Parts: sequence; structure tokens; C-alpha cells
Amino acid sequence: MSERNVVVRMRDVHKSFSGVSILAGLSFELERGKCLGIMGGSGTGKSVALRHVIGLMKPDSGVVEVAGDDLAALDRKGLAAMRRRMGYVFQEGALINWLTVAENLALPLKENTKLSPSEIDQKVQEKLALVRIPDAGAKYPTEISGGMKKRVGIARALITDPALILYDEPNAGLDPEISRSINRLMRDVSEELGVSSLVVEHRVDCLRTVADEVLFLYKGQALVHEPTESFFRPKNTRLREFLGVDAADAQSPDQASS
Amino acid sequence: MFSEGSIPDWWPTLLALVAITSTLYTLWQLGGFRELLREAGARLALLAATFACVPHLFRRRRWFLHQLFLAGVMNLHVVGFVGLFIGMIISLQTGIELARFGQQDQIGPLVAAGMAREMGPFITAIILASTFGSALAAEMGTMAVSDELTALEVMSIDRVSLLILPRVAALAIICPLLTVVCDMIGILGGGFVANAQLGVGWNLYLDSAFAALSGLGDTIPFPKDVYTGLFKSFCFGILIAIVSCQSGSEARGGALGVGRATSRAVRDSAIGIIVANYFLTWVFYGGAS
Repeated sequence: MSERNVVVRMRDVHKSFSGVSILAGLSFELERGKCLGIMGGSGTGKSVALRHVIGLMKPDSGVVEVAGDDLAALDRKGLAAMRRRMGYVFQEGALINWLTVAENLALPLKENTKLSPSEIDQKVQEKLALVRIPDAGAKYPTEISGGMKKRVGIARALITDPALILYDEPNAGLDPEISRSINRLMRDVSEELGVSSLVVEHRVDCLRTVADEVLFLYKGQALVHEPTESFFRPKNTRLREFLGVDAADAQSPDQASS
Repeated sequence: MFSEGSIPDWWPTLLALVAITSTLYTLWQLGGFRELLREAGARLALLAATFACVPHLFRRRRWFLHQLFLAGVMNLHVVGFVGLFIGMIISLQTGIELARFGQQDQIGPLVAAGMAREMGPFITAIILASTFGSALAAEMGTMAVSDELTALEVMSIDRVSLLILPRVAALAIICPLLTVVCDMIGILGGGFVANAQLGVGWNLYLDSAFAALSGLGDTIPFPKDVYTGLFKSFCFGILIAIVSCQSGSEARGGALGVGRATSRAVRDSAIGIIVANYFLTWVFYGGAS
């Protein structure tokens, strides 16, 4: 992979909390325009890895690079500038409850850009249309469903036209039908905008739909990192146990299911 | 160890020092003292960051006015009601004693000075800490546990400027204004009791009360009891907002964490108000004989 095509690189990242090791030498690379899914059991450090990429956490050792910059070497302003080129979709949306949907979307633009109010309104409408909720702007987060909150979360992550989007369990708390529509939306966003994505998720159908490659996180390390098709025909015993497929099933790509 | 009369003079001092040091060391080891210092440091840092954001206040005027409404208008009736009864209590308590010596004409000055100097600022601050401060802590706590504060950080939005500044500024302004209301209603309440139960005429009561408040300060040409009370209220308002916002921001672990943060905010605000009240009183009146 050429150096300039790597958007995210984690190299031998270690992180412990109160003496408990969460990441124990995690290494991976994400190529520009691609979608990498991170899968693993609860407490294996999926969200911790994501928080390292956005600079919310610093590694105890190892290197986290985004667009070629070592995050540990960036000062506060540099990190803020880097974050403006990234979007983050939270599990529960994390929308500001006392702002309307449109105000939630407009907030990063009002705070960090010099765009005029009309330009901001135009961008907000554009992103709401992109996530297929063009009429939700005047509603408050408490007045919309969980699926709509996820869409607003995605729209907010896209509002600054980022080069990289991080999704933290985008299917959490959604029924299968809404999950499918969110997965299709994520895939369309990736394809239409050419955005690179990192998706932390443990639902197979989501990663099958959106990911180009999937990484299996086990005991703080990347145990398996393969293209999506071969990932779901696992040779690794631990991954087979995790996915609930036996060796015979692993030969057929359609057997591994959620 | 020592025969009678041979205990050195420095021995009690040494014992006291050893006792204090041991207590502090034990608290340090238990983590309580360290936590106290950490929280105090975090609150001072938040205060400094908020002052640094003051130039942003005009940009935040929408949220500032909203907080002003929530803190002021929504608590006006409580402050007025409590102020009325505080004035009546002071009047009754002091009036009964003064009446024994035929000094009822001193009720007005006592109620007025008591309300303006101490009870008005103190009671208003305690009411705001328990109503608006607890609501602030719960709001911040809910934002913390639902990742809204993290979302702001991820979007490179300064949460101090956006969230904390409007709330601190609103409380710094509304606390003295509500104190004026509390003082006035308290003095009136004292007047009701003085007139109805202790036989003091309204004119005498009000004339003596306002005369007591008209003494100018040495450095500021304004009634000292009034401006010291208002300055105290200003400080209490900032203290309540900072303590509540900081406690709430540190909430972790869902609803239980928000509840703990809220009760900590009210507890620490009340303690802070009492301690600050002593030191402010000492600064303004400590040298007076």
C-alpha cells in the first residue's frame, strides 16, 4: 500500500486502564476510500481503538497516524484541525437535546467556519437530504426515533465534508429493518462521497454490507485482518467460534450469518 | 516522662502539628484529600477557562438570556417567599428580646442590616444552589453520560464557551438581582411582624431600616451593607455555576452517576457558599472594631 494512500495507521498500540491491558500491540492500516470494519467481543477494545483514532485517548505506547500525522505530536490546535477533517458517529447519536436537528447539524459550521447563515442552511438541507430525512430539521432529538437519530448523527458527521468517518456501533439498538436501511445509507455515503470509514460493529450483516475489509480484535490485537468475503469464511478457530460457524460452514460464504 | 512544670512550651504545638500532619497523611492515603485537591484544581481551572471566554459572551447571548430566564424568573417566587419568612423570623427573634428592654425601634436596623449583609445573599445563594445549581449539574451530567460533551470535543467545539460561560454569566448577574428582591421582601416581612406583633409603626420601622443601610463605604461611595451583600452574591453565583457545571461534567456511569454528581454539586456549593461567606465577611468587616 503506498504511503499516501494510507488514511489511518495504528502501529503496535498499547493501552491499559488501571493495570488492565485493553490494546496489546494493535496494528492496522486503512486505505483511502475504503471501509474497514472492526469486530470483536465486548470489552476487547473496539471503541477504545476508535477513540485513539479521533484523539480522545492517547496510547501508552505505539503510534496512531491519521493522514500521515502522528496524533501524539499534534498540539491542541493541530488536533482540533485534524478532527475537523473527521466525522464521528456515536452509538446513541449524542445529539445536543436542546438544539433542533438543523441546529445540531449547523453547530460545527457556525463554530468552526466563516460560512454565512444562508450557506450553512444550504449545507444542512443538503446533508439532511443525503441521509433521507429532508423534513426533520425543525424537530428536536427527543421528538425523533432511534433510526432517525442515527441518520442525523451521520449527517452531522458529514457536515464538514470529512475525509474519514468513524462509526461506533451504528446498528446498536435498532431493529433489523432500520439496521438494513442504515447500513445501505453508510455504503451509499462511502460510494457517493468517496469517504474512508472505520466501523466498529459486531453485527455481521452490517459489516458484510459496508466493509471492504474486516479486522477481528482479540485480546487487544488484530487476530484476523482480511477482505470481507474471506473474513466470513474463517480459517481461524477463535474467529469461527466468535461467528458461530463450524469448519464446514466456513467453506461457504453464505453460511456465516448474524 | 516530664515532671510537673517541666513540660516545654513548644510541646502542645508539636502535638497539634503531629496530629494535623497525621490526619492529612491518613486522608491523603485514603484518597479523600487527593480527590478534594483534584476537584478544587479542576474547578479553579474551569473558572480560569470561563474568564478567558468572557469576550465570547455576545456570541452566546441567546443561551445567556435563556439561562438568565431559567435562573431568575423561574426562582423569583421561591426567593421572595423564603425572603419574606426570613425577615419575619429575624424581626420576631430580635424583637422579642429588644422589647424586653423597650428597644423595639432597633428592629428595623437589625432586620435591614441582617438581610443586606448576610441573610439575603446567603439564602438566595442556597436557594439557587439547590434549584438551578442541581438542575445545571443534572443537565451537564446527562450530557456527559450520553456522550454529548464528547461529541462537542470531537467537533472541536469549545464546551466552556458554548455551555459553561452562558450559565456562569447568568448566575453571576441573577444572584445579586435576586438578592435585592430577597432583601426588600425580607425587610417588608420584618416590618409586618414588627408592626403587627411588636407594635412598631411602619414609618419608624422603615425610616430606621433605611437609615441603617445608608452608611457609605470607606472606598466606594455606596451603602456598604448593600454593596458588600451584592458582591457576595456575585461571588456565590459564580461559585454555584462553576461547582455545578464541573460536577456534572465529570458524571460517569448513567443515571446513578448523574444523581451522584447532582448531590455532590449541591453539597459542595453549600459548603463553598458558607466558607466563602466567612472569608468575604472577614475581608469587608474583619478589621472593623
